[in-house]
Amino acid sequence: MPVTREQVIDFIYDEARMLDEGRYDEWLSLWLEDGHYWMPLDYKQTDPHLVTSLLYEDMFMLRLRVERLNGARTFSQKPKSRCHHVIQRPFIDEMREDRIVTNTSMHYVETRLDEQFLLALTAIHELAVVDGAIRIANKRVDILNSDAAFGNIQLLP
Amino acid sequence: MRTASEITALFTGPQVHRDVYTSPEVYRLEMTHLFANTWVFVGHESQTPKKGDYFTTQIGDQPVIQVRHSDGEIYVLFNRCPHKGTKIAIDREGNTGKFFRCPYHAWSFKTNGCLLAIPLKKGYEDTGFEDSESAKGMTPVGAVRNYRGFVFARLAPEGIGFEDYFGGSLSSIDNMVDRSPEGRLEIAGPPLRYMHKCNWKMLVENQTDTCHPMVAHESSAGTAVNIWKEMGNPEPRPPAMEIIAPFMSPYEFFEKMGIRTWPNGHGHTGVHHSIHSDYSAIPGYFESLCETYGEERAKAILDENRHNTVYFPNIMIKGPIQQLRNFIPLGPDKTLVESYIYRLVGAPDQLLARTAMYNRMINAPTSIVGHDDLEMYERAQEGLMSNGMEWVNVQRLRTGDEEFDQEAVENGTTERQMRNQFDAWVKFMTVSMEDA
Ligand code: FES
Ligand SMILES: [Fe+2]
Repeated sequence: MPVTREQVIDFIYDEARMLDEGRYDEWLSLWLEDGHYWMPLDYKQTDPHLVTSLLYEDMFMLRLRVERLNGARTFSQKPKSRCHHVIQRPFIDEMREDRIVTNTSMHYVETRLDEQFLLALTAIHELAVVDGAIRIANKRVDILNSDAAFGNIQLLP
Repeated sequence: MRTASEITALFTGPQVHRDVYTSPEVYRLEMTHLFANTWVFVGHESQTPKKGDYFTTQIGDQPVIQVRHSDGEIYVLFNRCPHKGTKIAIDREGNTGKFFRCPYHAWSFKTNGCLLAIPLKKGYEDTGFEDSESAKGMTPVGAVRNYRGFVFARLAPEGIGFEDYFGGSLSSIDNMVDRSPEGRLEIAGPPLRYMHKCNWKMLVENQTDTCHPMVAHESSAGTAVNIWKEMGNPEPRPPAMEIIAPFMSPYEFFEKMGIRTWPNGHGHTGVHHSIHSDYSAIPGYFESLCETYGEERAKAILDENRHNTVYFPNIMIKGPIQQLRNFIPLGPDKTLVESYIYRLVGAPDQLLARTAMYNRMINAPTSIVGHDDLEMYERAQEGLMSNGMEWVNVQRLRTGDEEFDQEAVENGTTERQMRNQFDAWVKFMTVSMEDA
């Protein structure tokens, strides 16, 4: 049975909530095995391979990132960071049986110790429906000021 | 103001005083003396390939413009209008055509800085203007040298020559450029820009700190190795394993890789092998190198697997992966790190893809390996404010007085290169001080 627009929109909200609540195992299970999480370095960047990106991570890297957050010797996470997404209702740019594309504006806040910073984001999700469930095929996150100098961004915007 | 002898006293050989990292006064002296007397990296020539192309950056705290003049040469000018000081270029790069034009009162300058025209020029008649400093136009830096595409500048008009300053250390740039079948590099996209709340020298020292990877990076590299094991060590290894896992190599690996130091604060890790030695071969690359150089020389170029080469005062290059990191000082406790990558002209794209992967996996503000390092620098910067102790220890494998004006190769876990940097630091801080 094809998914509805409402299910797609709920999916995007649910994903943001998983990240904010640190439910990473659940979050990883949303992904298709060959998916990539891409965060370009340059405004309107088109190529993830031959110029630098902030992130272009396959499932191995994403698992590593999640696993590391809980490591006994992960000193940059002592104390742990926290994050918070405020998201606008997603646009559904494509809605086909085999491919759904959404575009979502977000404000992302990350904090640790006395520091807190705010990023304005556009997240583009490429979704697929597998056995009736929505899964993430690819995700691209553009930071509005991606070319600015940042300190650590430790969680996933 | 501190005297030359007070500056000299901050480095004893086995120890360095915390003021070199924390004191605003020492930092100001670095900007006035150290960054004026040394040859500092500006940019790569491929950032300004055409006439009129410019790129803005800074040398120490001095805003400068690298620009390609109409004669095809690269000039480095202070980014300041000789009229009232307005910055001439504010964007990071662009093309200015045949001349710069100040946006405030439209004084214009040739791309070598010479004054070209002033609107309503007759207002300066009989004022003695032609004898003023401003009549000369935009001020060029003291000296510029383009070495195989890498542009360096010395702010001071007088001082040590380029060859004397770098000596044998240029072999690392040579090796990086020779890896291109055409003997040429090209910038590949904008740099990562990563802000660090610590002194710039902590970053420079860390480039040859071979006793931290297996400790500080256990959280990232160690976890990568564990996950791969749990997966049953599948081959081919995930790309992350090739890049990150070597950070977990044992002490013995780093001891044997060796450290070489050159006079004037330059040095590199990875004399015999390095964490870059075991990358998989890229089809077609070796063949195209052989066509250019012949097999023997091509082998020799690829057998050189230097890890990090520090060019004192503030850059590091990685020859085997064509990366350059610029540690730009912004304050005693603030440093901007820009990490650039280059394309080996004539080589397969897969090499550049690996280089871009390395850059983002290790040196991005979003990189887990970067997080490990930054945490250590910032903790050190905060810890140094403690009055429990005033000195930092850099004594590892120092068995007596050292001659830094001689090239040396030592055990890869020595802190000799850090001491070498402080020896050069004292030298180029004090050479222009009055009581030197
Ligand atoms: S400040 Fe540049 S022309 Fe006046
Ligand atoms: Fe490190």
